Amino acid sequence: MEYTILILLLPFLSFLVLGLAGMKMSNRLAGTIGTVVLGIVAIASYYTAFDYFAAGRGVDGAFPTLMPYNEVWLPISENLHIDMGILLDPISVMMLVVISTVSLMVHIYSFGYMKGERGFQRYYAFLSLFTMSMLGLVVATNIFQMYLFWELVGVSSYLLIGFYYTKKEAIAASKKAFIVTRFADLGFLVGILFYGYYAGTFTFTPQLQMLASAGAMIPLALGLMFIGGAGKSAMFPLHIWLPDAMEGPTPVSALIHAATMVVAGVYLVARMFPLFIDYAPEVLHWVAYVGAFTAFYAASVACVQSDIKRVLAFSTISQIGFMMVGLGVCYSADPHHGGLGYMAGMFHLFTHAMFKALLFLGAGCIIHAVHSNEMSAMGGLRKYMPVTHITFLIACLAISGIPPFSGFFSKDEILTACFEFSPVMGWVMSFIAAMTAFYMFRLYYGIFWGRENKELHAQHTPHEAPLSMTIPLVFLALVTCGAGFIPFGEFISSNGQSYTIHLDPKVAITSVCVAVVAIAVATWMYLRERQPVADRLAKTFKGLHRAAYHRFYIDDIYQFVTHKIIFACVSTPIAWFDRHVVDQFMNFLAWCTNASSEEIRGWQSGNVQQYTRVFLGGVLVLVLVLLLI
Amino acid sequence: MEITLELIVFLILAVFIVASSILAVTTKRILRAATYLLFVLFGTAGIYFQLNYSFLGAVQLLIYAGGITVLYVFSILLTSSQGDRAEKLKNSKMFAGLLTSLAGLVICLFLTLKNNFLPSHFEHGELPVSAIGMSMMSGEKYGYILPFEVISVLLLACIIGGILIARKR
Amino acid sequence: MIHMEYYLVVSTVMMFAGIYGFFTRRNLLAILISVELILNSVDINFAVFNRFLFPGQLEGFFFALFAIGVSAAETAVAIAIIINIYRNIRNIQVKNMNELNG
Repeated sequence: MEYTILILLLPFLSFLVLGLAGMKMSNRLAGTIGTVVLGIVAIASYYTAFDYFAAGRGVDGAFPTLMPYNEVWLPISENLHIDMGILLDPISVMMLVVISTVSLMVHIYSFGYMKGERGFQRYYAFLSLFTMSMLGLVVATNIFQMYLFWELVGVSSYLLIGFYYTKKEAIAASKKAFIVTRFADLGFLVGILFYGYYAGTFTFTPQLQMLASAGAMIPLALGLMFIGGAGKSAMFPLHIWLPDAMEGPTPVSALIHAATMVVAGVYLVARMFPLFIDYAPEVLHWVAYVGAFTAFYAASVACVQSDIKRVLAFSTISQIGFMMVGLGVCYSADPHHGGLGYMAGMFHLFTHAMFKALLFLGAGCIIHAVHSNEMSAMGGLRKYMPVTHITFLIACLAISGIPPFSGFFSKDEILTACFEFSPVMGWVMSFIAAMTAFYMFRLYYGIFWGRENKELHAQHTPHEAPLSMTIPLVFLALVTCGAGFIPFGEFISSNGQSYTIHLDPKVAITSVCVAVVAIAVATWMYLRERQPVADRLAKTFKGLHRAAYHRFYIDDIYQFVTHKIIFACVSTPIAWFDRHVVDQFMNFLAWCTNASSEEIRGWQSGNVQQYTRVFLGGVLVLVLVLLLI
Repeated sequence: MEITLELIVFLILAVFIVASSILAVTTKRILRAATYLLFVLFGTAGIYFQLNYSFLGAVQLLIYAGGITVLYVFSILLTSSQGDRAEKLKNSKMFAGLLTSLAGLVICLFLTLKNNFLPSHFEHGELPVSAIGMSMMSGEKYGYILPFEVISVLLLACIIGGILIARKR
Repeated sequence: MIHMEYYLVVSTVMMFAGIYGFFTRRNLLAILISVELILNSVDINFAVFNRFLFPGQLEGFFFALFAIGVSAAETAVAIAIIINIYRNIRNIQVKNMNELNG
C-alpha cells in the first residue's frame, strides 16, 4: 500500500504550488488545482479504505496494523527515536476517509462561497496545507510525529481563522486560538516527553515491562496528553477559542472547526486508548466527566446565542463532549462489556463530521444570502432557499438523534455505553441530547420560519446559493441519511474484533422520546411569527439568560486572570525589569564603549602639538620614575 | 662671591635672553616674535663671545641673525594676511602646555643644580681660528673633514629642495 | 666668577620657552621660531660643556657649528614648505592643515 504516501504528498505539493505561484494564477485555475488534487486524494483515501478492509482480518480476528513507511528521522538513543511514516489501522483509515471527504466538499463549496474574495489563491493554499497536516496527523506512526503534524494543524488553523487579516476581530480570534491551543500543547509535549522517558519509546505499542516499571508516571503522561487534546478539542475550560474561531470563512469553520481538527483530541484519546484502558482507567473516566460537563455547558450556552455560527460552534463543542464521554466511559477493551463507548465515540466522530460540516456549509449559504450572521436578519428563509432548507433540516434531525438519520445511531450507542457505565451518566447525557435537539431546532426555526426580517429581505431578496455550493450540501445530506446504516462495529471496535451493532430498545426509545419532546417544545416556542413563551422565559430568567448569552463569563474570567493578574502582577514587573535593568545595563555597556571611543578618538587627533605635549609629559613621568626609584 | 665685570655682563645677557625668549613665544604678533628671536640670537652670540668662542659667535651672528632672521621676516611678510594675530587659544590647551613646560623646566633645573659639576670655571684663552680650520680640514683623529663635506652636500640639497618646493607650478 | 650652571639655567629656560611656544602657537612660522629657540639652547649647551669640561678638545664646538648650519638648512626648507602651503590655502594656521587627515 505504498501509494498512501501520495495522500500526504499531493496536498503538500498543491500547497507549495499555490503558495509560491498562486499569485500568478487566475482564481479559477488555483481553485481547480486545489480541488482536483483533493479529489485525487479523496479517491486514494477511499481506495485505501477499500484495500485495507477488503484485505480482511488477521489470525487474531482483528484488522492488522500496517506501516507502509516508517523511517527513523531523529535517533535520540538506542531505543528512543522519532520516526516518520504512515500507519494504517481501522481508525486512521476511517479518519482518512472523513477528512478527505469533508475537505473535498469544502474545496468545491469554496468555489462559490469565496468567489471574488481577495486572496482566493492563498485561501486554497492554506486549505491544502491544512489537509496535508491533518492527514499526516491521523496516519502518524508515533506520538511525536503526531505532535509535529498537530502543531502544523494549529498553524494552518491560525492562518485560516486570520484569513481576513484586515478585520480586527479575525486577528484577535486567530491569536486567541493559537495561544490557547499552544498553551494546551505544552501539556501535550510534557506528556510526550514523560511517555518517551518512561515507556522508552514514542510508538503507540510500548514494551509491557517498561510500562509496568513506570508505575504512576504513565497515567500522568496520559493525563498531560489529554490536556493537549482538550485544548485542540475545545474541552472546558480550554474551549474559549473555538467560538471566536468562527471569524474565519465559513467553509473553514466547517472543515477545521467542526469536522476535522477539533476532533483531533478525540482521535488522540482513541489512539492512546489501549494504554488508557490498561494503565489509567481513572484518567479515562476523568475524560468522560470533563466531556460531559463540557457538553452540558456548551449546550446551555448554545440555547441562547443569536449568531448562527456561534450556535453551531457551541453545538460542536457539545458534540465533541459527547465523543469524549463515549471514549471515557469505557472500562474494558471488550466491546460487549464496557468497551462499547470506543466504537460509539468513533462512530459519532464519523457521523458528526458529516452532518456538522453540512450544518456549517448550510449556514454559509444562509450567510451568503443575507450577509449577516445574526438570527435577527433571518427568519422565513424556507421560501427563498429550498435546497439549503431541506439539507439543513436533515442535519438538524441527525444531530437531534431522530432515526433513521446517522446521528441517531451513533448517539444512541454513546448513550447505551453511558447507561452501561452508570445510570446517572446515562440520564445526564440523555438530557444533554434533549438540549441539543432543542437548540438545533430553535436555530432551524429561527432561520427558516419564525419572525421574518421583512425590511431587510425586501431590500435584498435572499436567493438560493449557486450550484457549486448546493452540490456539497446535497452530497453530505445523502451521506447523513445513509451513514447510520454502515455496520461500523464491523470495522472499528475497542479490541479490533468484529462487533455487530444492536440497538438497545430501552435506550433507543428513551432518546428518541426526549428528542421528540425537545423538538416539540422548540416548535411550540419558535415556529410562529410571535414568540411569547420564549420572550417571557427570557424575561423571567433574566440573569440566567444573560449569563448564558455571555457564555457564563468564562471569557471574562480568562480576561481577568490574564490581564489583571498575570499581566499586571507578573508580566508588567518582568517587562519593567527587562526594560529598566536588562536593557539599561546593555545601554550602559554601549554608552561606555561609545564614551570611551569618543575619548580615544580625541587622542588620535592628528594634532602634532598635542602629540608632542603628551610625549613630553610621558618623558617627564619616566624621568620622575627613574629619579624616585 | 665677588662681582666682576664679566659676571655683570653675563647677568645682563642672561636677563636679556630669558626675557626675549619668553616674549618671543608669548607675543601675539608674529613679526614681533621674529624680532625677539633676533634678540635671543644676539644674546646667544654674546654668550659665545664670553666663552671665548669668537668664531662661533661670528657664525651665529652671520648665519642666524643675518641670514635666517631675514628669511623669517621675508616669509612673514609674504604670508601675513589680515594682521596675523594669533587666534584665541582654548584656555585648557594653553594651560596644559604651560603646565607641561613648567614641570619640565622645574625637573631640568632641579637636576642641573643638584648635579655637582667638577670644574666651576674655565681657562680663559681665545680659540685660534687656525686651530679650528686645521681641525675642520683634517682627516685624522678629531678631524672633521667628513662632517664638513656632508654638511656642504646637505646645504646643496637644501638649496635645490627649497627652490623645488617653493617655485611656482 | 661665572659658574657653569648659570649658562645651563639660561639655556634651559630658553629651551622650555621654545617648547611652550611649540605647544601653544598656532602659526606655522611661530612654531618654527620656537624650534629655533630650542636648537639655540642646545647649541649653548654644547659650547658650554666643551668649554668647561673638555677644554682641550673641539667636539662640542663643532657640534654647535654644524647645528647652526643644519638649522639654517632646516629653516630654509621649512619656510619653502610654508610658503608652498600658503600658496595653496592662503593660510598658515595649524588648524587648517587637515587636508591629509583623511
